[in-house]
Amino acid sequence: MPLFAQITNLLAALFLLVAFAMLAQRRIVHLINLYALQGGILALSIVAVGYGTHQESLYLSAALNGLLKVIVIPLILYRLVRRLGLAWNRENLLRVPTLLLVGLVLNIFAFDVALPIAHLAGTINRDTFGIALASVLLSLLMMIVRTTALTQVLGFLSLENGLIFAATSVTYGMPMMVELGIALDVIVGVFILGVFFFHIREEFDSLDLHRFDRHEE
Amino acid sequence: MIILSILFMPLAGAFVLGLYGHRPWAFAANIGFSAATAVATAVMTARVLAHGPFLALHDQAFVDPFNVFLVDLTAFVTLTTAVFSRAYMHIESHMGRLTAGRLRLYHSMFQLFALTMLVALLTNNIGILWVAMEGATLSTTLLVSLYRTPASLEAAWKYFILCGVGIALALFGTIMLYFSAHALIGGQASLLWTDLDRVRTRLDPTIVGVAFAFLLLGYGTKVGLVPVHNWLPDAHAEGPTPISAVLSGLLLNVALYAVVRFQVLADGSLRDRWPNQLMMAFGLLSVLVAAFSLARQRDIKRLLSYSSIEHMGLATFAFGMGGPIAIFAALLHMTVHSLTKSSLFFSGGHIAQKTGTQRIDQIQGLLGRNPAMGWAFMLGTLAILGTPPFGVFTSEFLILTVAIHKEPWALPFLAVGLGVAFAALFGRMQAMVFGETRVPKAPAPTSLWPSFLHLALVLTLGLAIPPALSRWYTAAARLLGH
Repeated sequence: MPLFAQITNLLAALFLLVAFAMLAQRRIVHLINLYALQGGILALSIVAVGYGTHQESLYLSAALNGLLKVIVIPLILYRLVRRLGLAWNRENLLRVPTLLLVGLVLNIFAFDVALPIAHLAGTINRDTFGIALASVLLSLLMMIVRTTALTQVLGFLSLENGLIFAATSVTYGMPMMVELGIALDVIVGVFILGVFFFHIREEFDSLDLHRFDRHEE
Repeated sequence: MIILSILFMPLAGAFVLGLYGHRPWAFAANIGFSAATAVATAVMTARVLAHGPFLALHDQAFVDPFNVFLVDLTAFVTLTTAVFSRAYMHIESHMGRLTAGRLRLYHSMFQLFALTMLVALLTNNIGILWVAMEGATLSTTLLVSLYRTPASLEAAWKYFILCGVGIALALFGTIMLYFSAHALIGGQASLLWTDLDRVRTRLDPTIVGVAFAFLLLGYGTKVGLVPVHNWLPDAHAEGPTPISAVLSGLLLNVALYAVVRFQVLADGSLRDRWPNQLMMAFGLLSVLVAAFSLARQRDIKRLLSYSSIEHMGLATFAFGMGGPIAIFAALLHMTVHSLTKSSLFFSGGHIAQKTGTQRIDQIQGLLGRNPAMGWAFMLGTLAILGTPPFGVFTSEFLILTVAIHKEPWALPFLAVGLGVAFAALFGRMQAMVFGETRVPKAPAPTSLWPSFLHLALVLTLGLAIPPALSRWYTAAARLLGH
């Protein structure tokens, strides 16, 4: 196995590990750190694939992803939690071991689904498609079990990381125009959320979604 | 060129109104930019009528019989909504519900929302389609929570997260589709719908099957298909009424348009009618659940939004059945539903504004108090319920006729759904329109004419469909059903 293929596999394994860590992490600041780390791993693995296949356009995509997910979005999120004063908040998260077990089952399921599909891909890193699908499912699980607005958004952002990872593993990423569009949507979304959190806090004095009134159907 | 000018108008509008949207002339400027967009689409339509469908901007944009009438519809309803919005938002800002900043945001995002819908309809690139659909969610999130009430914030949050997840699933489907075509076409072109359509019989069925499941669930969230419809009634009920009108009348159509584009590709690749069955199941479930939910609604705008879910379900079911007549009926249904529902939101919005409540049991005797408002609401409800001679009757009649021949098992479900919806809406409408009222007569709002204009168009479509439109529907049915 060539060296860069080993590197991409190693990075993919780390990517999945971070997805699991995010599922279990209670402190918001650590969660943002993990998100930045996941973004960094994503960018590095795109670089590795770009090096292995001699595709210059992938370096651009890696730079875009790295800039956005390691620097810009984490900085916005840090600023946000500082201003909202929840940096060291601990979220009540029930039954972490159970959660991790459910995550494990999702993983097996993802690999089972991904195997026949990845087989059809002609890319050098097609084995990582299972990992991409698994981390997408883990992010969805995270969004379901989390109860505060900010952690749900982190789940959403990590979901988007998983999708980009999936695109890299089966087709070496989407065309540049589309990647730019996705990046634009993500950054605008994060800005809107920033505004939105303050509105929610003004009204509810909390970002805990359980405080939302139960309205009639 | 013409496509660029269509997209330039709302973009310029978003910039100008983002800066000056709180000035007194901004209400008129909003109409002006929408009118300019409508003129540009009219020029494009004239070109399509004269020279037929065309590709533009290095194949990245296209106009064919399927999207041309939706572009026209979008530009038209945006324009009439801008007219309605002028009077409606004037009153709202006089009532002190809007600050200057919120008014700027509102006007700017209204134009941006129109832009994203036009991009989604005109693009040939399924990646750009995804970006535009996400843009449509983002531009309207802050509008749903414009009044900053707890209920509206909850609605906006639900809208953002549920549609965000939905659209993320659609991105996964898009990636899968790109992957399936990558080996056959290669490079940029594997994202172009026209190229995908050319090779659709050779796409790998396993990958396309997975892709379509994700795309249907993802864009289906935005169509408001049950069981991923939870955001829709909240978002439609809590936002300002002009936004409810364009969300219900236009955005749902655009999302369904995306689903149908992918259904064509999946059909070609899978050939086992599985995509069709999936769409029929989702559609039927939406009709039934929405009909029974209608009976429990107490809020006038929530009532209208559940009716939207029902009608979108019906159109999805018709697309699922397939065949030239069913697709013709589904396209007609999208058109008339869009016109009727926005008309109902116009009159319903003024009713809520005049009576100061959205609760149905507190609204009575509209005909006595304000005949124009009462008539607009009554005729609109009759039209949406599919009473002849309105256009909704024609499309529903066609859908049921095809269902009798092709899918007789679905008929009892459709009959129950439409019957329950009829009883629920008709009963509520009667209670609001008729009856005694002790409140003195109020002057009619000046902006009810868009409401009547829409109803007149629906009536015309019910009596005789213009030949050009009917030709487009037929051509689109052939394009989608081949």
